Amino acid sequence: MLARRGLIAIGFALLLGAAAHAADKSIVVASTTSTQDSGLFGHILPLFKAKTGIDVKVVAQGTGQALDTARRGDADVVFVHARSAEEKFLAEGWGVKRYPVMYNDFVLIGPTSDPAGIKGTHDIVAALRTLEAKALPFVSRGDRSGTHIAELKLWQTAGIDIAADKGRWYKEIGQGMGAALNTAAAIDAYVLSDRGTWLAFKNKRDLVIAVEGDQRLFNQYGVMLVNPAKHPTVKVALGQRFIDWLISPEGQRAIAAYKINGQQLFFPNAGDPNA
Amino acid sequence: MHAPLTNLPIAFDDVSVVAGAVTVLECVCLSIDAGAPTVLIGPNGSGKTTLLRIACGLDAPSRGRVSWGGQVAGLPRRRAIVFQRPTMLRRSAAANLRYALAAARIPRASRATRLAELLELVGLVGLGDRPARRLSGGEQQRLALARALARDPTVLFLDEPSASLDPAATKAFEDVIGAVIARGIKVVMATHDLGAARRLAGEIVLLHRGRVIEAGPAARFFAAPETATARRFLAGELLV
Amino acid sequence: MGTDASALQLVLSADPALLAIVRLSLLVSLSAVLAAALVGIPLGAWLALVRFAGREVVIVALNAMMGLPPVVVGLALYLALSRSGPLGTWGLLFTPAAMIAAQSVLVLPIIAALTRQTVEDLWLEYRDELAAMHVGPIRRIATLVWDARFSLVTALLAGFGRAAAEVGAVIIVGGNINGFTRMMTTAIALETSKGNLALAIGLGFVLIALVVLVNAGAWLARRAGERVAG
Repeated sequence: MLARRGLIAIGFALLLGAAAHAADKSIVVASTTSTQDSGLFGHILPLFKAKTGIDVKVVAQGTGQALDTARRGDADVVFVHARSAEEKFLAEGWGVKRYPVMYNDFVLIGPTSDPAGIKGTHDIVAALRTLEAKALPFVSRGDRSGTHIAELKLWQTAGIDIAADKGRWYKEIGQGMGAALNTAAAIDAYVLSDRGTWLAFKNKRDLVIAVEGDQRLFNQYGVMLVNPAKHPTVKVALGQRFIDWLISPEGQRAIAAYKINGQQLFFPNAGDPNA
Repeated sequence: MHAPLTNLPIAFDDVSVVAGAVTVLECVCLSIDAGAPTVLIGPNGSGKTTLLRIACGLDAPSRGRVSWGGQVAGLPRRRAIVFQRPTMLRRSAAANLRYALAAARIPRASRATRLAELLELVGLVGLGDRPARRLSGGEQQRLALARALARDPTVLFLDEPSASLDPAATKAFEDVIGAVIARGIKVVMATHDLGAARRLAGEIVLLHRGRVIEAGPAARFFAAPETATARRFLAGELLV
Repeated sequence: MGTDASALQLVLSADPALLAIVRLSLLVSLSAVLAAALVGIPLGAWLALVRFAGREVVIVALNAMMGLPPVVVGLALYLALSRSGPLGTWGLLFTPAAMIAAQSVLVLPIIAALTRQTVEDLWLEYRDELAAMHVGPIRRIATLVWDARFSLVTALLAGFGRAAAEVGAVIIVGGNINGFTRMMTTAIALETSKGNLALAIGLGFVLIALVVLVNAGAWLARRAGERVAG
């Protein structure tokens, strides 16, 4: 009995020791649920670790929450996809510099029965107008994520004041992309998703892509180092190494190589000056 | 120079105990002296247990004073009590005794010997390792007695010790009490069992409704009680 | 674990990612119970024995805290441990230590409240004897706690159940970081959000099996101990 207790105590001590040691060469990256749920990080981070020995600890939250985490100094790097929010973050002095990394696009997901009659079309604004007019069930992230911010911008472009016009058909769930897709799958609703998460999602049920290919569905990802002037505990050297790797040809190749069922999810564009 | 601390005589000076609206003891004046056992008798509810607990120092009176050997506190650590339904600690019989020895601050070196002596005195040799709660009623009573004796008391208080014991267990218990008395320990016992009182008492105190009705040498009390209440009690009448 | 393997296959093949998650779950929840017990058992025993003005209020509050919402506790700790928070210099956010702290807070009221009730009940039974033996206050607590140890183990198991089952606190203070702060409940939440519902349910069964194993272990220990004490 005593021997077993001793063993357990030693086991705990070893685990704690291991955990403490592992924290030495690591950074915390606040990122989005789409980069996590799509499996991208699971693919590229081991490559980065193999090359540099740096552990990248990803805390996956929505874009808004990720930027807040960085503002509080709890992350070294932010990797999100809402340009306007990122520029605001920079303007407030929380970040050092924004680097574009990759893009993909949003897609409007909907039930295969297509009550809105928009399946196969390529005009997102017209589609949203139809949904609002027919009051068809629509799931919104509602969590200040990159996807949510993009969704709100699209309503605005469609000339709809969604805050005022939303009825019971508009379901703000305040959760991540996976949860939104699960909800939409369960109630046969429409939902705006990034393509990466959609392709990796395993509970599609009766959902299909309804609308895609609209220029306005473009989704750009950017990465920033948190400003050490604001938070001296930021791991500047390690964080910058991660950013440098992401935009390097090697990193960009790794991103492009990530595929599901032969389909590429993210398209590297670090070299694009307009991104 | 102060007189050495002792526990005897135990003097009750106009002691009353009031619990809420009920008067449990009323104006008790009593002296319990060294010597042969003092037995408190009386019907249930007469206040025997309360008086016993006060004499032991467990409870304090609402009015009046108690003194031990003329002092306010006497030697509390050399007074021990066995309750009517003793509680066994959830451990072995020997562990119960070890616990009592430790609580009484008996030096560690002598604990093992004392443990063996006590087990032998109360007739529980060989049962030391049994869980105390699995002992029979009589065995538990004797273990409680051993626990009390572990404190090396000068006064031993017993509250209705044989109330739930069969005759064989009662005899075993009273045999041990005999040995205790022979060692010079003062025994104060409360009982409603007249037979036990006759067998053990050197002095009788009769209580009824919280008052001391009669107190005096046992032989005289049983042969020729002074009060009518005592006569009725000895005759077996229900005192209401 | 982002493959198409079922939970059973992962268990049978001793998948290292799954093992790491199981290990972390046990480490965090058992450590939380241990920490909560070190504080909660003496606290509960003390509350059972002392009398002071407002004691009843404290007891009601303690009982109520058994129902503390995990997500609220997680949030409070998150703000405290954040670099911008009062305890930021400790750098504990997004570490297993923070998860242990959060779960300790959740488990402490359970252990303290159940200890208080158990010790109070036992005190009623032991009171006269311990008073007659002139047992001092500290020794009294030790005796009551030791003699009540089997009931207290049940309190510990209740605490463990609460810790092993919750996800709200650990996901906020831990961040569900792959390989560092991902445990069973947060992994289940993640697989659910990836739509891997079958795997999520499978992991759920693994978690339940873990909790059953811990409880079985405690029951066996109790049986062995009871043979000694009776």
